[in-house]
Amino acid sequence: MLQGWVIVLVAFAYLGVLFAVAYYGDKRAEAGRSIIANPYIYALSLAVYCSTWTFYGSVGRAASTGIGFLPVYLGPTLMVALWWYTMRKIIRITKAYRITSIADFISSRYGKSQMLGRLVTVIAVIGVIPYISLQLKAISGSFTILRHYPRIVMPAQAVAQPILNDTALYIALMLAAFTILFGTRHLDATERHEGLVAAIAFESVVKLLGFLVVGAFVTFGIYRGFGEIFRLAQQVPRLRALMTVADTGNTYGTWGFLTFLSMLSIVTLPRQFQISVVENVDEDHLRKAIWLFPLYLFLINVFVLPIALGGMMLFAGRGVDADTFVLTLPMAQQKEALALFAFIGGLSAGTGMVIVETIALSTMVCNDLVMPVLLRVKWLRLNERPDLSRLLLSIRRWAITGILMLGYIHFRAAGEAYALVATGLISFAAVAQFAPAIFGGIYWRGGTRDGAIAGLSAGFAVWAYTLLLPSFAKSGWLPASFLTEGPFGIPLLKPQQLFGLSGLDEISHCLFWSMLANIGIHVVVSLAGRQSITETGQATMFVDVFRRTQAPERSGLWRGSAAVEDLLPLLGRFLGPDRAREAFLAYARRRGVDSPEQLRADADLVAFAETQLAGAIGGASARVMVASLVQEQPPGLDEVMDILDEASQVRAYSRQLEQKSRELEAATAELRAANKLLQELDRMKDDFMSTVTHELRTPLTSIRAFSEILLEDPEIHLPERKRFLAIIVKETQRLTRLINQVLDLSKIESGSAEWHTTELDVHEVIRESVETSSQLFRESRVELVTSAGTDAGPRVMADRDRLVQVLINLLSNAVKVCRPGEGRVEIRLGVSNGFLRVDVQDNGPGISPADHETVFEKFRQVGDTLTGKPKGTGLGLPISRRIVEHFGGRLWVESELGKGATFSFILPLEVPAAKAGPELAQAAG
Amino acid sequence: MMRSFRGGHVKRSGITGQRLAAIFLMGCILLNYPILSLFTRPGGGIAGIPLLYAYLFGAWALLIGLMAVVVERPRD
Repeated sequence: MLQGWVIVLVAFAYLGVLFAVAYYGDKRAEAGRSIIANPYIYALSLAVYCSTWTFYGSVGRAASTGIGFLPVYLGPTLMVALWWYTMRKIIRITKAYRITSIADFISSRYGKSQMLGRLVTVIAVIGVIPYISLQLKAISGSFTILRHYPRIVMPAQAVAQPILNDTALYIALMLAAFTILFGTRHLDATERHEGLVAAIAFESVVKLLGFLVVGAFVTFGIYRGFGEIFRLAQQVPRLRALMTVADTGNTYGTWGFLTFLSMLSIVTLPRQFQISVVENVDEDHLRKAIWLFPLYLFLINVFVLPIALGGMMLFAGRGVDADTFVLTLPMAQQKEALALFAFIGGLSAGTGMVIVETIALSTMVCNDLVMPVLLRVKWLRLNERPDLSRLLLSIRRWAITGILMLGYIHFRAAGEAYALVATGLISFAAVAQFAPAIFGGIYWRGGTRDGAIAGLSAGFAVWAYTLLLPSFAKSGWLPASFLTEGPFGIPLLKPQQLFGLSGLDEISHCLFWSMLANIGIHVVVSLAGRQSITETGQATMFVDVFRRTQAPERSGLWRGSAAVEDLLPLLGRFLGPDRAREAFLAYARRRGVDSPEQLRADADLVAFAETQLAGAIGGASARVMVASLVQEQPPGLDEVMDILDEASQVRAYSRQLEQKSRELEAATAELRAANKLLQELDRMKDDFMSTVTHELRTPLTSIRAFSEILLEDPEIHLPERKRFLAIIVKETQRLTRLINQVLDLSKIESGSAEWHTTELDVHEVIRESVETSSQLFRESRVELVTSAGTDAGPRVMADRDRLVQVLINLLSNAVKVCRPGEGRVEIRLGVSNGFLRVDVQDNGPGISPADHETVFEKFRQVGDTLTGKPKGTGLGLPISRRIVEHFGGRLWVESELGKGATFSFILPLEVPAAKAGPELAQAAG
Repeated sequence: MMRSFRGGHVKRSGITGQRLAAIFLMGCILLNYPILSLFTRPGGGIAGIPLLYAYLFGAWALLIGLMAVVVERPRD
C-alpha cells in the first residue's frame, strides 16, 4: 500500500537531491571548476527535450498510431547532423554578441527591434503554455494513479474536483517555487545557470533509467523478450495494424510533416535554445553531442512499442489510458518500488522541462516585455536606480509563477480533449514559427525587420486559427460549429480545412499553411522593403559571424571584398576627392562602364586603387592603407557594436572611422613634410660642399697664378713683385678667413663650439666693435654713427667675442654695400619687453623683400655676384644668425630696394626692462 | 578545445561538415516515403520483430553510428 504521504515524501526527497546537484554545480562553477564543462553533460542536458511527452506520451501515441511516435525523435536526429553548420553558427553568434534568449536572438538579428522581441516573447509564451499544461497533467495524473495503488484508477475521473483539492494546482505551485529556487537565485549577465544544467543532466539520467527499467521489466519480466511480445501482438488484428503503416489516410505525409516539425522544434523551443545555445560552455561540445544526443533518443524509444503492445494486451478492455502504461504496468504486476521509480522518472522528465522552459520564458518576459515598458514609464524613475537586479529577479519570479498558472488554467480548461502528444505538438507548431526568422537570419542577409515581423505575425495568426482555436472548440470554449461549419458558416474558412484543403491531419495542415504564410510573407516583405543601417549591420554580423571571428586567417581573401564605395573615399582622402573621382571615372571607362559605382569589386579594382594611392604615399603605405580598409574595418565594427548602444552604434562607428582617417591623413602629411625636409637638407649639404670647394678654388687660383709668374719670371720689377706678393697675401688671408668661418659654422651647427657666456655691457661691446672696424670705415670713406655712449648700457648674457663678431660682421657688410664718400651707417640701440634691440642701418642699394631670408643662407650673396667679385665669404650672416639664436635672440633684416637696409637683432636682457628709458622702448618698435 | 573549428583545421572541419550533411540527406531518404513503404509488408520480420520496426531502428542506429564515426575520427 502506497500512502499519499510516502509518494510526496519520495518526490520531495528526489527534488531535494536535484537541488543538491544544482547547488553543487553552482559552487563548483564559482570555484572555477565547472562540472558541466564536458560534452557528456552537454549531451545529457540536451535531453531536456524528452519531457513527460516522451516518458508517458510516446507509449500513448504508439498505442494509437504505431510507429507514429517516432518522427518526433527522428527529426532531431537528422537535424543534429546539420548542427555542425547551423547550431555552431548560432552558438558563435550568441556568444559573440552576448545573446540571452531566442527572443533576444531574433530581435538582435533584425536591427535590435524591440517590437520583434516582444512578438517572439508573446508567441513563445502562448505557444508553450499547452506544453506546460501537458507536464502538469502528466505529473498530477501519475500522482493520482500511484496514490490509488494497487487499484488502477484513471485520473479522468479525478479531475472534476474543486480547485483547492486539485493536485495539479499544488504541483504547479511547487514547480513554480522550485523553478524560482533554481533559476532566479542570482542574476548572471550571460543568463547562464551551471547548477541548473547539472541538475538537468542528472534528471536526464534518471528518466532514461526509469524508462529503460520499466521497458526491460515489461519486455523481459512480463513477457519473454521482444520476439514474444510481437508474436502475441501479431495475433490481435488491431495490434497488427500498429506494426505497419496504415494504408488509409496520408500517413506518410503526416510522418514527413512531423519529422520536419520536430527538426525545427529542436532548435526553436525556448528550452532547447536555452540549453543548447545559451548554456553551452564550449562550442566544441557539439562534436560529441552530435551523436550522443541521438543515441539518447534512440535508447529512450527502444521499449516504447513493447510497452504499448504489452499494455494493450494486458489491459485489453479495462479502459486504461495508454498514456499511463509506463506507470500502470508495474502497478498491475504489484511492483510497488518499480512503480515508484517510474513515477520519479516521469517526475524528473516533467520538472526538467518545466524548470528550463519557464526560466527561458521568464528571461524573455522580463527582458523583452516588462523591462522595456517599465523603463519607459517616467514616474518610476528606473533610470535613476543604481541597482535594478532585485527588480529584475522579482519580475522573473512573478513571470515564472504567472506562466505556470497559465499552464494550470489551460490544464483545467482543456481537460481530456487531447492526449499528451497531441497537446505537445500544438506547442511545436507554435515555436516552429521562429524557424524562418532564425535560419533565414543566419544565412540570408536580405531579411528585414519588417519581413520578420510580418512573417512571424502571419505564421502565428495561422497557427492560432488552425490549431489553438480548434483546441478551444474541442474543449467546449467555442461552439463546435466553428469547426464543423466554419466561422459564420463559411465552409472555406473551416479552421482545419482551410480553403478546402483536406486530407492532412491537423498538425500537418497547420504547419503547411502557417509556414507558407510565414516564409512567403517574410520573403516578400523583405524583398519589397529596405533595411535600415542598423539592420544591415546586424545582418552582416550574423551572417558573416565566422568570417568576423576568424578574420586573420582569411587574409588571403581580402582583395576580393574591397568595394568602390570603400576605395573611392580612401583615395579621395589622399588624392583629393575630385582627382580620385576622375581617376576612377577614367578606369571605369576603360572597363567599359559609365560610372565608378558600376565597377565590379574585384582584385583588379583593388590593384588599380593601390597603384593610384602608391603615387601619393608610396607603394608599401598604399598596400597597408588598402589592406587596412578591408581587414581592420570588421573588428572595429564589432567592437563598436558591442560597446555602444543601439541607434548610435553605426553613427559612432563612422565617426570613429573618420577620426581614424583624419589621424592617418595628419600622420601622412607629417611624414611627407619630414621627408621633404630631409631631402632639402641633403640637397643643401651637397650645395654647401660644392660651394665651399668653389669658394676655396677662387683665391687658390689667383695665389697659384701670381706665384707661378713670380717663379718663372725672375726679372720682374720690384714694385710689380711687391704688388703681386700683396695680392697673394690678401688672397691667403681671404682663404684663411673662409676656412676659419667654415670651421666656425660647422662647430656651431654641430654644437661643439665653445661659448664663454658672461654678463656684458652692450655699450662696451658696441664701442669695441666700432673701434675694430673704424679703419675699414675710414678706408671706404663711410660715415659711422652710433647712439651708444661711453656710459654703462643695458646688460645681456652672451659671449663677448662672439657678439663682437656679429657686430663687426654686420658693420663690414654695411660698409661693403655703401658707396664710398656718400655712405652712412648708423647703429641704434633700444630696449623693449625685456629684450635688447640693436639696429645697423645703411644707405646702400637695399635688398628686395624676396631676398630677406636668402641672405641668411650659406654662400648666398645678394646683389651683383655675377659681375663683381664677391665681397665676402657668404658665411658671415649665417654664422651671426646662429650666434644670436644661441643666446635666445633673433636676427633679421628690413629693407626695400633703393632705400638702404637695416639689420636688427634682439637679445634677452639680463636686468629687468623697467630700468630702460621710455624712448628706448619705443625705438624697439 | 575549439581548435578543430579554426585555423589549420578549417579544411578538415569542412569535410566533417560535408560528411554530416551527406548523412543528413541519407537519413532523409532512408526514413521517409517511399523507401519506408518497402518495409511495411505485413508478416516477415527479423527474429519475430516486425520488419518496419526492425528497419526503422536499424536505420536509426546506422545513422547514429555513422555520425559517431565521422565526428570521432582521430584529428590529425
